[in-house]
Amino acid sequence: MAIWIEEDAKVLVQGITGKQGMFHADKMVEYGTNIVGGCTPGKGGQTVDLQGKAFPVWDSMFDAIKETDADATVIYVPPPFAAEAIMEAADAFDTIKGEGVVVCITEGIPTLDMVKAVAFVENRPGVRLIGPNCPGIITPGENGGAKIGIMPGHIHAKGRIGIVSKSGTLTYEAVAQTMSIGEGQSTCVGIGGDPVNGTGFIECLAAFQADEQTEAIVMIGEIGGNAEQEAAAWAAENVTKPIVGFVAGATAPPGKRMGHAGAIISGGKGTAEEKFAAFAAAGIACAKDPSELGAVLLESLKAAGLR
Amino acid sequence: MNIHEYQGKALLKANGVPVLEGVHCTSVDQALAAYDHLGSKVVAVKSQIHAGGRGKGTLYHPVTREHVMDGGVKIAFSKEDVDTYANNILGNLLVTIQTGDEGKVVNNLYIEAGCDIAHEYYLAILVDRENKSVLIMASTEGGMDIEHVAETTPEKIHKISVDPNAGLLGYQKRDLGLALGLTGAAHKAFVKSLTSMYTMFVANDCSMLEINPLVRTSDEQIIALDAKVSFDENAEFRHKAWDDLRDLSEEEDVEIRAKETGLSYVKLDGNIGCLVNGAGLAMATMDVIKLYGGEPANFLDVGGGANEEQVKTAFSIILEDPNVKGILVNIFGGIMRCDIIARGVIAATEALSLEVPLVVRLAGTNVDEGKAILAASTLNIHPADDLAEGAQKIVNLIGGGN
Repeated sequence: MAIWIEEDAKVLVQGITGKQGMFHADKMVEYGTNIVGGCTPGKGGQTVDLQGKAFPVWDSMFDAIKETDADATVIYVPPPFAAEAIMEAADAFDTIKGEGVVVCITEGIPTLDMVKAVAFVENRPGVRLIGPNCPGIITPGENGGAKIGIMPGHIHAKGRIGIVSKSGTLTYEAVAQTMSIGEGQSTCVGIGGDPVNGTGFIECLAAFQADEQTEAIVMIGEIGGNAEQEAAAWAAENVTKPIVGFVAGATAPPGKRMGHAGAIISGGKGTAEEKFAAFAAAGIACAKDPSELGAVLLESLKAAGLR
Repeated sequence: MNIHEYQGKALLKANGVPVLEGVHCTSVDQALAAYDHLGSKVVAVKSQIHAGGRGKGTLYHPVTREHVMDGGVKIAFSKEDVDTYANNILGNLLVTIQTGDEGKVVNNLYIEAGCDIAHEYYLAILVDRENKSVLIMASTEGGMDIEHVAETTPEKIHKISVDPNAGLLGYQKRDLGLALGLTGAAHKAFVKSLTSMYTMFVANDCSMLEINPLVRTSDEQIIALDAKVSFDENAEFRHKAWDDLRDLSEEEDVEIRAKETGLSYVKLDGNIGCLVNGAGLAMATMDVIKLYGGEPANFLDVGGGANEEQVKTAFSIILEDPNVKGILVNIFGGIMRCDIIARGVIAATEALSLEVPLVVRLAGTNVDEGKAILAASTLNIHPADDLAEGAQKIVNLIGGGN
């Protein structure tokens, strides 16, 4: 087991005929992801060549899911159309299967579009949205696995550490840190750096807590909002597995957007200091430097009798 | 993206929200003409900068930093007053609690007619991250620092969460008006204004619309006496009109150029320049520099797919800052390959004849090729295997922090 995405999950790619979509679809197939085709309105009936094999393209997500019985979709659609792509996928999964995972990689979607799209997805309780503005989700397997997103597959290995993070490359850093102490990952989820997104920290922590394969959790936050504080308080009550944490942005000046749309300290709220304090209060072992995540994780595993 | 009060008010007016008559000016002569035009005995002379706390701010001479006047928003009772205030404000530096010590030069004035205020309220519309919806906040305690009100008397702040499927509903608007103690004509006017403001917020992709104060006049009108409007930059593609509202003098020139080349750059006060891929890792890199006793000079995210040219632009932007005494490059290659970054770093350091120490930490895709390229170069590039080592090396190379 892993969370939400099994190693052999059937995956569709929305925007598969675009430059980004095709590039990453190819990388996913190379990694071993079970890509079953894609969707680009107006390009139905065509095929796309990935790793020397032809993959079908549909005009609509309804057709694509009916034909393939897909479990998940990943969206590489430009910002003006991405929120609608999320809703199309959610509607199709809900109508046809009653469930499905929608992963949106796109950065730069208008916030009010996301307010609408998130409400639309939440009305379809069987559908899970991950992202947007995220690296995606990966469940490493024995040979390959399910890589749904843009992360470099080769740095991962199957294991027992669950990782959840708002950031892309910082997640890769966390993955490398687990590998440095000889630990692999159950599932790594990038929840994204936008102010309004789908799946949050708490849902990830709950899923990792319930997952048999996961024995410890790494949680990476950043400045802005209070999702980390809420997750820490929730974890103190509900998570028995060891959690190791880091928060980026301790040196960020207030009122400035630090790359991610959601990474901003506004009205003195959402600072790294606040979040580290909430982590510490919840018994989460904190690294002050991401290069120390491995060492802190190792200590936590030892303390829990897992090493 | 922020706009000035006078622009926000024009937008409110166009959407049917009552505002007082006012004139935007960029010179003292225009301000005097505006006074005559408005025909109001009492007018407000308001500094226009993209920062709050203007009324309680202080004006200084931009060069000598000599004290000029207290208060960036003044009430003028005569044409002579307008003359004095406009002279004291235009071209001078306004320092408020939100500008930092460096302050902002005031290039724009707003001269506004007066009105007879019966009560001041607070009203804001914003995106609530926690509830993933639009939130409306209102209070009877207008004209004050709302964060202070929230801390000391939270019961005086009323909130409405807008259901994205249903929109802002009639009963929500009526109830909010009643919670503010409004009745009769004023209640009716409030409901109408709130409807218009919400429509404007959504239609213009605002991220914040704050009216502090929103006033009730002695004749029961509801008027927006201030306007703080900001837009969601992600929606820029569908709002061509924003080009005309953007005041480039309010933004850091170098941050604008960085954005044009697809880089995300924020200038800081330290002396170690950073070049990183990914926003989270870029922040973490700054944090770790600080942790090992240094001070970061900037935040710089080159994005997920930077090419050689962008790396070069990134270096030149970092080096424009005269405080930079050393540079730390931290790349975790995913989509981005380390060998491409290594070539970009070498090309940039050669082209810019880099004189400050450079530490490069590479990890991820094609890391061995990348490291080999750097090692084979005759340039003085210090390699590092992880972030901590990279940060320690650059801090040591420049001889400690600031």
